[in-house]
Amino acid sequence: MQLPAFPAPLARLVTRLPTWPTSWAFAAACNLAAWPTLKDLDWEVVRGRRFRVVVKDMGLGLFFSVTPKGFRAERNGLADVTFTATAQDFARLALRLEDPDTLFFNRRLLIEGDTDLGLMVKNMLDAVELETLTGNMPGPMGQALNRLRRLALAQQPV
Amino acid sequence: MKPLLELICPAGSLPALKAAVDHGADGVYLGLKDNTNARNFSGLNFDARTLAEGIRYAHAKGAKVLMALNTYPQPATLARWHAAVDTAATSGVDAIILADPGLMAYARKTHPNLRLHLSVQGSATSYEAVNFYRERFGIQRAVLPRVLSLAQVENVVQHTDVEIELFGFGGLCVMVEGRCLLSSYACGDSPNTFGACSPGHAVRWEQTPKGMETRLNGVLIDRYADNEKAGYPTLCKGRFEVQGETYYALEEPTSLNSMELLPEMARLGIAAIKIEGRQRSPAYAAQVTKVWRAAIDAVKRSAETFKPNPAWMAELNKVSEGSMHTLGAYYRPWK
Repeated sequence: MQLPAFPAPLARLVTRLPTWPTSWAFAAACNLAAWPTLKDLDWEVVRGRRFRVVVKDMGLGLFFSVTPKGFRAERNGLADVTFTATAQDFARLALRLEDPDTLFFNRRLLIEGDTDLGLMVKNMLDAVELETLTGNMPGPMGQALNRLRRLALAQQPV
Repeated sequence: MKPLLELICPAGSLPALKAAVDHGADGVYLGLKDNTNARNFSGLNFDARTLAEGIRYAHAKGAKVLMALNTYPQPATLARWHAAVDTAATSGVDAIILADPGLMAYARKTHPNLRLHLSVQGSATSYEAVNFYRERFGIQRAVLPRVLSLAQVENVVQHTDVEIELFGFGGLCVMVEGRCLLSSYACGDSPNTFGACSPGHAVRWEQTPKGMETRLNGVLIDRYADNEKAGYPTLCKGRFEVQGETYYALEEPTSLNSMELLPEMARLGIAAIKIEGRQRSPAYAAQVTKVWRAAIDAVKRSAETFKPNPAWMAELNKVSEGSMHTLGAYYRPWK
């Protein structure tokens, strides 16, 4: 199953959204869905570092840091590392359907800034077991994601 | 009986290990979170907890766990490498993969029952070299460097009792394996000592009006136009200006894919096929293991009629560096 691309008219609307509220909403969503699992990782190594995620087809920039209490939206300043990809590719990465190096080779993922920090976070997240992550999600969210992933895997040619 | 075409897959994390085992790997290889192995990247690899869980998981499903300790110990920190060998022995891995003769001597003496494999970083390209490691240190398997043609591989196999493991798939480099210091010229670190070439701290990517630039410790090593495929940020795969022309002066980013040679490898009695890529994600481990499991099973059913399935090749090309593949040195008429 091909995850749908983000529709262009909606992207034009999203582009006009200010960064802070969307970053806040993103941090809140991550805290709700993923923090119960991610809190066990050693975030000390990224303390005070700031991340930007640019969803290029949505015109969306998310700016945040990770504190011992969870994700926190950031308002101003420069990011230490920036990840840029489309909504679809970020979704495929999150669902472990795509390998980040593959996306990089194909110029679908760009990492700018502190590469080592980017690599560290990527590898920390890769080391999280997806079943644990989805199992700890509230309500039917985890089950829905597992189902989406299974559907996508079933559509792969090999 | 000697094994034939065991599928040995990379595991940079516990989920990658599980993905490889679940998709049919006969063995996985992994490293610890330090410079005792040649994929020493931030956040990658195994600690005591994940190692124990990985071994438990793999063994429960009948898969082996091999630990790469394939860098060269430095005098000031030798104890770290010895401790890593001890960890491997006590944790119950099935073999350790070594490059340094001093470390082999230590392992042999301290843990005589621990199975030793000679790493590709040991750079043994002749049967004399392989047999030397067998006689002195009792190695039971050698991973051959990717510089030999299949005819040369055959010559090694015919003159040794040591099991031979060949690379089947994954990123290629200049293949001066275990001897490459190229990375040091730009960033002061090279695989033998630091455990990685082009470590993350030295790499910078930047999208500029001219294209995406890759810098290694400030040195511009490549610039990609928007529609160009990218490679790993290593010096050997950079484009350089040579006498007024800019091109890949050392090699082009590409991946090895030797699948079509599997019947020949089966005939030679190759013990195992290694898949490169401990630095990659669980998604890669799953994708590549699945394809190679199917291919090896097909060869074992009928080597005579084996043809790589186009869908397998497409899947492998998709994840390849440079998005293309080569048979490397395996297929060439000259020696």
